[in-house]
Amino acid sequence: MTGLIDSLFNGLALGSVYALIALGFVTIFKASGVLSFAHGSLLLLGGYLIAVLHDELGFAGALALAVLVTAAVAGLVDRVVLQRIGADPHAAHVATIATIGIDIVLVTDLARRIGGDLLTLGDPWGDAVTDLGPATVADSRIAAITVSALAIGGAFALFRFTPWGLSLRAAAEDAEAAALMGVRLTRVRMLAWCLAGALAALAAVFLAAFPAPGLERTTGQIALKAFPAAILGGMASPVGALVGSMVIGLTEAFTAGYQSDLHVLGEGFGDVAPYAVMVLVLLVRPAGLFAAKGAARV
Amino acid sequence: MSDLLRRGRLLIPVLLLCALPFYLDAFWLRIGLFSMAAAIGAVGLGLLSGTAGQLSLGHAFFLAVGAYGYVWLAGDDGPGLPPAVALVLAVLLAGAAGGLFSPVAGRVKGIYLGVATLALVFLGHHVLLTADSVTGGFNGSSVPPLEVGGFAFDQGDGLAVLGVPFGAEERLWYLGLALFALTWFTARGLLRGRPGRALVALRDSETAAAVMGVHVARYRSAAFVVSSMYAGLAGVLLALAFRRVVPDYFSLALSVDYLAMIVIGGLGSVAGATAGAVFVTALPLLMTRYADQLPLVAAPGSGDGSLGPTEAARYLYGAAIVVILLFAPDGLTGLARRARARLARRRRPASAPSDPGAAPRPPATAVRAKEHTP
Repeated sequence: MTGLIDSLFNGLALGSVYALIALGFVTIFKASGVLSFAHGSLLLLGGYLIAVLHDELGFAGALALAVLVTAAVAGLVDRVVLQRIGADPHAAHVATIATIGIDIVLVTDLARRIGGDLLTLGDPWGDAVTDLGPATVADSRIAAITVSALAIGGAFALFRFTPWGLSLRAAAEDAEAAALMGVRLTRVRMLAWCLAGALAALAAVFLAAFPAPGLERTTGQIALKAFPAAILGGMASPVGALVGSMVIGLTEAFTAGYQSDLHVLGEGFGDVAPYAVMVLVLLVRPAGLFAAKGAARV
Repeated sequence: MSDLLRRGRLLIPVLLLCALPFYLDAFWLRIGLFSMAAAIGAVGLGLLSGTAGQLSLGHAFFLAVGAYGYVWLAGDDGPGLPPAVALVLAVLLAGAAGGLFSPVAGRVKGIYLGVATLALVFLGHHVLLTADSVTGGFNGSSVPPLEVGGFAFDQGDGLAVLGVPFGAEERLWYLGLALFALTWFTARGLLRGRPGRALVALRDSETAAAVMGVHVARYRSAAFVVSSMYAGLAGVLLALAFRRVVPDYFSLALSVDYLAMIVIGGLGSVAGATAGAVFVTALPLLMTRYADQLPLVAAPGSGDGSLGPTEAARYLYGAAIVVILLFAPDGLTGLARRARARLARRRRPASAPSDPGAAPRPPATAVRAKEHTP
């Protein structure tokens, strides 16, 4: 029973962190049709900035600055590099591959700075735990769930209630018509990248917090696991990303929690289970669970 | 006449490539060998991504299937088949693995397929680590040398040709050359024939292609299977060149390298994939070798803070992808085509535009899509 509740809670915490990342993927995809492979490096950048700055500015200050800087870098990447490649669907493919190049440059630089070190982010939760009756839960996990819920709620409010959100949805529906109606696509796109960058920096906090040992040069690769989450739900659906993230987080937590019962599948299957789930879902729904049914037009 | 001329043009590089082992040392031959293996894989990925418009990040998995398939089939732990038979079977095995994935590959489109194939790399890596009775686990296993008709492609017995000792590198060079030639001609044949046209039609508009009688799912799966087979062949050649296979080599980074190759070279062309493969493979090796002569780059292991050659190569590599996509989205082939066109224009300044002979002949396969079905 304890195992069940532990796994459930771990899964929810993991899922909410994935949701921060996956929501970034989806926002970018909606705005620009690009699948961002640079997300892992943005996440690493955010984490690195917090790690370097928290001594001077305190955790909150470092977090705020890191979120702003990462958002700015993400926006610049889009404005300076990706938007020059073009905006038609073919260019989106090309831009997707360009994000791989950007990722390589950023990750190389950050990995060189981090080296073999484990950086602490100085978060206020430390390794404290809270007793919740049947299970004890790490405070950092509770924080992950709460903060993610707030951030995701905020992002959904942005989509729903702001002029930018309206423009974003209009542009995703029909970019040409939106442009004719006076939507400035370049700005909408750039702001979408900024939002995604900010969410990635936020996610870095919880990926490096207890029980993880700290920020490593490889932390950014965890962002890759949010790909299955985003794809599961359907790339263009924020709600889908949320559901997909929870599915992936729970899958990972349960396969790790019940590893002894799953030893046929080999040690460490929890790490690859998200991908197995993704393949299974794509077999049934090739465009994801929450994909809009679109008719092909000639 | 022009046909003869074109064949003549092909003859010179072929002769040059055949003569190289007599002049180059093992370091350069190894670069060439890795480049040839990479080129075979890249041509395969080019068929899928460049021509069929399907993004794949699973190429490392199929390379692994080829490499490990060969090692197991020819090794003492497995059935111990003759190496030449094991090579063919390993390629077929990679194709079969691609076929097994076809329920996904045939239905999932573009970027979605790219992420779906990520799963192959991670799951494949997990299997390689776990099934250690077949794969040797984390430490990998050594590769039995290839033997054809009693001639072994390994260090050998001190064979010398024209006074040049023929070691493993020299022998494998010719094997690589033969396999690459096979790849080059089969891929060009495929692209220029009916399948290639069907795939291009599919990439440009799925609906239109279906209306024209192209079986969408079947062609998509077939492209995936063929691409996997090329990857398998590349995997075998890489295994022979490395003499040891380890799971960590076949990571996502390798898949990304292959994607970078075809993009840098120029999507949709066999020559482009080859050029990209040489660039991506040779760059880090050369940077490491000549680190001490490069400005700003420190020799390997010279300590903290300084920029090592591997890192410098990574920077350059990442930047090359971005710069090429920004300024020459059609890659090195596009650059070459434009350079040739400019040369031709300069040579015949007046009457050139009306003369079809002067216009650069666009390769039939490199016609770029103006629009894509997303």
